[in-house]
Amino acid sequence: MGIGKKTSKNAFVFGLVLLILILLAAAPLYASLYTVILLTSILMYVTIAVSWTLFSGPTGYISLASAAFFGAGIYTSAIVGRTFPLPLVIVLGALVSFCLAILVGSLTLRLKGIYFVMFTFGLVELLLHFILWWEVNITGTTGRVVPAVANTTVFYTMLMILVLLMLTAFFIRHSRFGLALQSVGENEEAASHSGVHVTALKIIIYGVSALFMGAAGASMAARWTYIDPTIAFNPLISFMPVLMAIFGGIRPLYGPLIGAAIFTYLEQFLITRFPYYYMLIFGIIMVVAILYMPDGLIGLAQRVWQKSSRRKHADT
Amino acid sequence: MPILEGRGVTRYFGGLAAVFEVDFEVEQGEVFGLIGPNGAGKTTLFNLISAALAPKSGSIKFRGKEITGLKPYQICRMGVARTFQTVKVFSNMPVFDNVLLGAFFGRRDSMTGAKARKETTALLEFVDLANAIAVPAKDLTLANQKRLEVARALATGPELLLLDEMMEGLNPTEVSRAMALVKSIQERGITVIMIEHVMRAIMNVCGRIMVLHHGAKIAEGTPREISASKKVIEVYFGERTDA
Repeated sequence: MGIGKKTSKNAFVFGLVLLILILLAAAPLYASLYTVILLTSILMYVTIAVSWTLFSGPTGYISLASAAFFGAGIYTSAIVGRTFPLPLVIVLGALVSFCLAILVGSLTLRLKGIYFVMFTFGLVELLLHFILWWEVNITGTTGRVVPAVANTTVFYTMLMILVLLMLTAFFIRHSRFGLALQSVGENEEAASHSGVHVTALKIIIYGVSALFMGAAGASMAARWTYIDPTIAFNPLISFMPVLMAIFGGIRPLYGPLIGAAIFTYLEQFLITRFPYYYMLIFGIIMVVAILYMPDGLIGLAQRVWQKSSRRKHADT
Repeated sequence: MPILEGRGVTRYFGGLAAVFEVDFEVEQGEVFGLIGPNGAGKTTLFNLISAALAPKSGSIKFRGKEITGLKPYQICRMGVARTFQTVKVFSNMPVFDNVLLGAFFGRRDSMTGAKARKETTALLEFVDLANAIAVPAKDLTLANQKRLEVARALATGPELLLLDEMMEGLNPTEVSRAMALVKSIQERGITVIMIEHVMRAIMNVCGRIMVLHHGAKIAEGTPREISASKKVIEVYFGERTDA
């Protein structure tokens, strides 16, 4: 079964992740402020993409509600950011997103395929307009100010959230729940007849995925300083994790991580070099990626690796 | 007390009675055959027992306890496992993981990882798939996918196993192996209900047989009684006409 090979590969990945973490944690010491800010936004997208993959990867339920969960975190921070200390604000943002996902999950996770996709996307618009209406008609405000937080603080909070997320994702993937999630993606009926409480499992993992998006939103809120519902609930945030995960490769845990990192960097690079054509170039890269890398960058790398190792064997 | 008992079990699809007022009793330890022409309601009855569908009326009792209204995962944890007419293996998952899932989730009391793995290994040996544990389930032959489904069902520790057309589409050698498997499952003390079209298997393996036709029970008895029943022969071959 190649268990030994699998463990040594896992150990390698783990070591690599640790090395990257140490380099990242020390980044504010040696890198410029611009780099730290860029890294923060990479961490943010990586967190969203990995959270998204946590649920949608194995189950195949394509959720477009990421912007709603991320936005719920941002908006929580906008409401209570002045009253509570930052860690509490982040915990609250995470909890609000979690509860929202549990609620939405219990309503919609019976839907399948395109109906689920459409509903989750509708949720983003619904929340945006509901909060807009609420702020205008009930509280009479149109924007809120979030207390500014130092860039390095945001960077470190994002890093911590990502580490917690990766640990959670790793634990779930290698536990019986990961196995159950995968079986749900393969065949829901067979899973339920094998004793899996499919509905509860889906709702809880959907909640956990939203929890981290909410935490990310709450800690990133400080970056915008001024927040209104259209800023908090940006529909683009719903599509980015899907594209990033596909770009990187959905199956392994580090696929969306690498995808999101390269994607965000690429976006920054193109936007500064080719401000007029960057969307065009970006679109072309995306189309090529989907056409020629069905399993993402990771899949491509594995194929190249296999081919070269096969050639090596053929030579000997 | 019978291990499974149905009284007046009824289910409609639109205006059509798929299963109508069916009574049955399955005794502990027997292999109970369920036969009938296509569309007779055999699989629907399985779906009603395993809670994939809810009956419109009637009651189904497992070990004297009413099980209608429960969810499939609850039925499974109570000790009723099933396989599917069209195989539903977890195609992209390794054979081992397919079975491990049943061991982890299908039991009343949850198992430790080590124990579940041991159980899985033993069951894969039992169904003769021990040399294919790392293969994705989709790469197995149909006969082996069906055996894998049996192993997954057995991993949930059932007292009653529902086999839905396990022999369909298998060649004669594979049918013989499947028959031997059913017999060894019975030897483990597990009660089996099997839907089958392969008469050789039904007649050799089952202790009693129930015949469904247009959703209703038309006969029940030993294989010998069933093969001699005029009513059953009419259903299968049409009415005899004296020309």
